[in-house]
Amino acid sequence: MSSKFQIFKIGFFDVSPHLLSVIPFGIIFGAIGIELGFDPIMTYATSLIIFGGASQIVFLQLLSGGASSLIAITSVGVINSRHFLYGAVLSEYLNKLSLIKKIFISYFIVDQGFAVSNIYLKKNKEQPFNYYHLMGSGITLWLCWQVATILGIFLGSIVPEELGLEFAIPLTFIAIIINELRKLDHLMVIIISGLAATFFYNAPFKSYILISPLIGLFAAYLILKFKK
Amino acid sequence: MTWTSIFIAGFITYFTRMGMITLINKDIFNENFRKILNYVPSVVFPSIIFPGVLFDDYGTLVVITDPKIYGALTAVIVGFFSRNVILTIASGLISYWFLIFAL
Repeated sequence: MSSKFQIFKIGFFDVSPHLLSVIPFGIIFGAIGIELGFDPIMTYATSLIIFGGASQIVFLQLLSGGASSLIAITSVGVINSRHFLYGAVLSEYLNKLSLIKKIFISYFIVDQGFAVSNIYLKKNKEQPFNYYHLMGSGITLWLCWQVATILGIFLGSIVPEELGLEFAIPLTFIAIIINELRKLDHLMVIIISGLAATFFYNAPFKSYILISPLIGLFAAYLILKFKK
Repeated sequence: MTWTSIFIAGFITYFTRMGMITLINKDIFNENFRKILNYVPSVVFPSIIFPGVLFDDYGTLVVITDPKIYGALTAVIVGFFSRNVILTIASGLISYWFLIFAL
């Protein structure tokens, strides 16, 4: 049986390749916040309080562009609504934890951490301290995001814009779902969700991020029904 | 006002993370719903990947010759055969940079 620390370390190592995209993205975010005219404390506060990469950029861009607070807040809520789906998946593994632990762990649930820990938790359902994997991946991502934001705030755009490092974000997600391409049902759902996101990309409040997964899940429902 | 917005946005984001985990009893999900939830990574991540590859910073569809498309295809092919996360990301970035800087 693995100790809590060992499982935490596995979480750290599993998520560490994804820091290739998270750190440059955090630096870019910090620099953008200052460029948009927000002071360093306010820019950093979004990383601490919201802690949600793309939604932070949209939030600051909307506010600096003169959009109302309501629109900025609604956009953040819509973009981050995908966490409900992560929570629904993770609830199976975290169900037995105390409320305090659930409240603590929830703060650290982000895309890459969910992705790697979901794989671990699926394989280690009976492992008593399996949730330490989620803490290992989540706290690693949180720490790197905080440090990267501060670096971006104070060093500015040390990541040359020409490198187009934002492109590392879709690449890191390709790496996450690559094994699902081997299964025909998942491949179909991936293509349907991706095309739906492309089609609805210009929908208000960035709602494509909510619409396309729901279309994908409906497709999954139909596939499961057809399989029966 | 901005501070208030940050706190409200932070609270809403935290609620999206915490809501399902703390407030929902897992037993309310039946077996069929659990099976559908297996597809969550396959429906959420393409919703980030496709627009990230197919749109530019201004929300316009890129042309078929855009380096991002070939970078993404390279990453898919390398990732599919290598099953290695770092190789997948690195191959996508290197091919993207090659098309931008070397050609």
